[in-house]
Amino acid sequence: MSKKATKIKDEQMNRLRRSRLYIPGNNPAMVQNAVVYGADSLIFDLEDSISLDEKDSARHLVRNALLTLDFEGCEVTVRINSLDTEYFIKDLEAIVPTKPDGLLLPKTESFEELIRIDDLISEIEEKNDIPIGTVKLMPIIESAKGVLQIEKIAEAPRVVALGLGGEDLVADIGAKRTKFGRELDYISSKIILACAANKIQAIDTVFTDINDLEGLHKATLRAIEIGFQGKSVIHPSQIEQVHRAFSPSQEEIDRAKRIIKAYKDAKKKGLGVVSVDGRMIDLPVVKLSERILKRAAASYQNT
Amino acid sequence: MKIVKSAQAGSLESCDILISVDPAKEGTGIKINLESPAKTQFGDLILVEIKEVADKLEIKDVKITAIDKGSLGYCIKARAETALRRGAGE
Amino acid sequence: MKFVKNKVGRSIPEELFGKKLIPFTGKGKGPYKERKYAPKIRKTSPGDSKVLTSIQEAIKKGGLADGGTISFHHHFRNGDYLLNMVCHEIAKMGLKDIRLVPSSIQPINDELLTYLEKGIITHINCGTSGKIADAISRGKMKGLLTIRSHGGRARSIENGDVEIDIAFIASPTSDEYGNINGVHGKYACGSLGYAMPDAQFANYVVAVTNTLVPFPNNPISISQDHVDSVVLLKKPIGNPAGIVTTSLRVTRDPKNLKIARDCIEVIKASGLLKEGLSFQSGAGGTALAATQFLSQYMKAKGIKGSFGMGGATEALVRMLEDGLFDAILDVQSFDIYAVRSLLNNPKHIEMGASQYANPLSSGCAVNLLDTVILGCTEIDTKFNVNTSTESDGRIMHGMGGHQDTSEGAKLTIIAAPLQRGRIPIVVDDVVSVNSPGENIDVFVTERGIAVNPESQYFDILTKTKSLNTKSIEDLKAEAEKLIGGKPQKPKTTDRIVGIIEYRDGSVLDVIYQVEK
Repeated sequence: MSKKATKIKDEQMNRLRRSRLYIPGNNPAMVQNAVVYGADSLIFDLEDSISLDEKDSARHLVRNALLTLDFEGCEVTVRINSLDTEYFIKDLEAIVPTKPDGLLLPKTESFEELIRIDDLISEIEEKNDIPIGTVKLMPIIESAKGVLQIEKIAEAPRVVALGLGGEDLVADIGAKRTKFGRELDYISSKIILACAANKIQAIDTVFTDINDLEGLHKATLRAIEIGFQGKSVIHPSQIEQVHRAFSPSQEEIDRAKRIIKAYKDAKKKGLGVVSVDGRMIDLPVVKLSERILKRAAASYQNT
Repeated sequence: MKIVKSAQAGSLESCDILISVDPAKEGTGIKINLESPAKTQFGDLILVEIKEVADKLEIKDVKITAIDKGSLGYCIKARAETALRRGAGE
Repeated sequence: MKFVKNKVGRSIPEELFGKKLIPFTGKGKGPYKERKYAPKIRKTSPGDSKVLTSIQEAIKKGGLADGGTISFHHHFRNGDYLLNMVCHEIAKMGLKDIRLVPSSIQPINDELLTYLEKGIITHINCGTSGKIADAISRGKMKGLLTIRSHGGRARSIENGDVEIDIAFIASPTSDEYGNINGVHGKYACGSLGYAMPDAQFANYVVAVTNTLVPFPNNPISISQDHVDSVVLLKKPIGNPAGIVTTSLRVTRDPKNLKIARDCIEVIKASGLLKEGLSFQSGAGGTALAATQFLSQYMKAKGIKGSFGMGGATEALVRMLEDGLFDAILDVQSFDIYAVRSLLNNPKHIEMGASQYANPLSSGCAVNLLDTVILGCTEIDTKFNVNTSTESDGRIMHGMGGHQDTSEGAKLTIIAAPLQRGRIPIVVDDVVSVNSPGENIDVFVTERGIAVNPESQYFDILTKTKSLNTKSIEDLKAEAEKLIGGKPQKPKTTDRIVGIIEYRDGSVLDVIYQVEK
């Protein structure tokens, strides 16, 4: 990887994606207000929330919104229809020229399809004078077949984050959907591992009971414990709870600060070994500390 | 593009606009009938926005009825495009 | 016509319909009268009966003539039949040129439109909505609409700016000697606050009821010594379903919830959210949500306030019941829960309009408010607030206690979305000024919070990092970017159809007839 490519990868890896809010792409009231609720990331949906006879209108609406509205630094993504549908190529042709930060790809099952999609996007980017590679990809794993390909999918070009579709997955493997998603533990861990190995982010599935905010908080804490870096949300009221779960404790913040300081000091002095509170510190721990401080800064800004 | 059938797009939900298009005789031009709570303040602009889309799609003759519920420009243009493309049989 | 510019930059004619107008010169600086108005002395002797069976008899006894003035309260809200009934009677009797002084006109009064056109009703003094408002905007009433705040209305009645010939009081219950309350009976509406100045200062007072109770009625909200006739009717004076709602709706719109939450954040940051807090907010969806958020916060932190005021709502009453306030002062009860509380809870206190908000009294309750959350239809970069006209120039609403509470409260918060549909809320100049910018501290929208640089809370609020404060000019620019530019100004003729008084009786603004 070139130095520049590494830097971009780092930026993507560190980008704050604690919450990503799904917005039905055919609802103008929700589309134009999406930015006000403080989500780190927005997903304008052209897929599941749009009926078949409104695919065109949602596509036009989201395209125009992306071209004209100001999203104030929020990450802007679009969930397009999957490769095997007649809408896929139309979605791609309409949305890529608006330069979204990323596209969510539902029902991703193979590395090969991602290569194809990469090619198609490159073509559109080139035609529209957009630097190739601008539009990132965020595949969503929604089938057993996809799960078995996770390691390869995480390596595909443009991919900066992986997600999972809880409902579809559970149905596909014939499990039972539970409130806190025990049935998804293995799959989640597999995704998190694949992401970590490729320095990309793993984002947890949605918590569907919008009235149970405490349950959401608990589910988010659990997701953070096993290594997810964000959670998808389906209602603005869920954002605050997710961010609350992601805000580090004072103890965590203090320790992260000590680690960063020790690392910088050691670097200045040319020392190869860093130690904090009597323990040796390696680079991944430094990176994690950076992430914690970033989350801390964000939580104090908007809560 | 030519409007060959009646079609509509959008809705009567708040912040949306329902745009209906009907074929019109050649030479009659683009006729727009607008109903909007913001007619006094933005009526002229809304008409321009709809017409712009029709022009861009090179539609010469069409009858358009727009019932606005407080939609913004990006939405009006999207709904107009969807309705016109549907009316053209796309 | 000669015009003078007032303190909010509006041109006010020196005289209108033979009455000298005094331009607004700033809060606390309005015109002053030496003495209160004194109504006629009436006499009811031993053995006299007050009970009548028709409105016409009451009109005759009250001696109403052409050019006369009649008043009403609006505690029956959109379920009120009395105002219409009395006007039909007046029309039948051939009277004309009547001045109507209700505390509000509701859509149910649309049927009076024809009397405006025929010159039977020529002047209206109150905030209006519905078809009547629209007709006045289009110049269909011969005289003038005078819009006053609740406190301003009480003041105008007490200082004699308005002389009421007959006050008609829709009475949920009355005894035969005219003791009235609003908490009993089929038509219970709760507080009768807005009718109290009318009862005290009208030259003739008529209680109209379907429910005559044995003497003495108890409790007594309006007492027999002010009431001259009691009209007992079989025909219903109201529609219970329109009088009180069983439940007002808290907003579910996430945008409004965000606004409501931020209102409470502003109160917290101001330092006022502490022991002894006094608070008022309205019955709108966002205001109710704010009241709930306030309640949750006070409960969690163990903070106990002193009193809640307003428009009593279930949300406010629950705070009283949870011990978060020592009392509620109630000038108007908005829902059935509040009506029951007024009946049963001694800490829920009924209050007259003058006690609530009359600036020219020995002290009104709004003076003791820490904070109030209010709405608007428009606000401008000088923080002037419009509640009465739409941005297309048409009259649509009254103003309630907006001016009163915004002047009285230490911290006045205006809560509204940045735009409604395509109509911007923040503008260069509001169409009509209902509350002057000097009364307003903060404007809370979903896209940011603007603090009035003149506010005593400017420094503390703009320095609070967790508040997303912006200048009001920036908010306006943001709105214009979203909606695609500045709205076109409404086209008006040069005929003045209404004036907006400040609570002290000076004139804040005039309303022109809109072009067709």
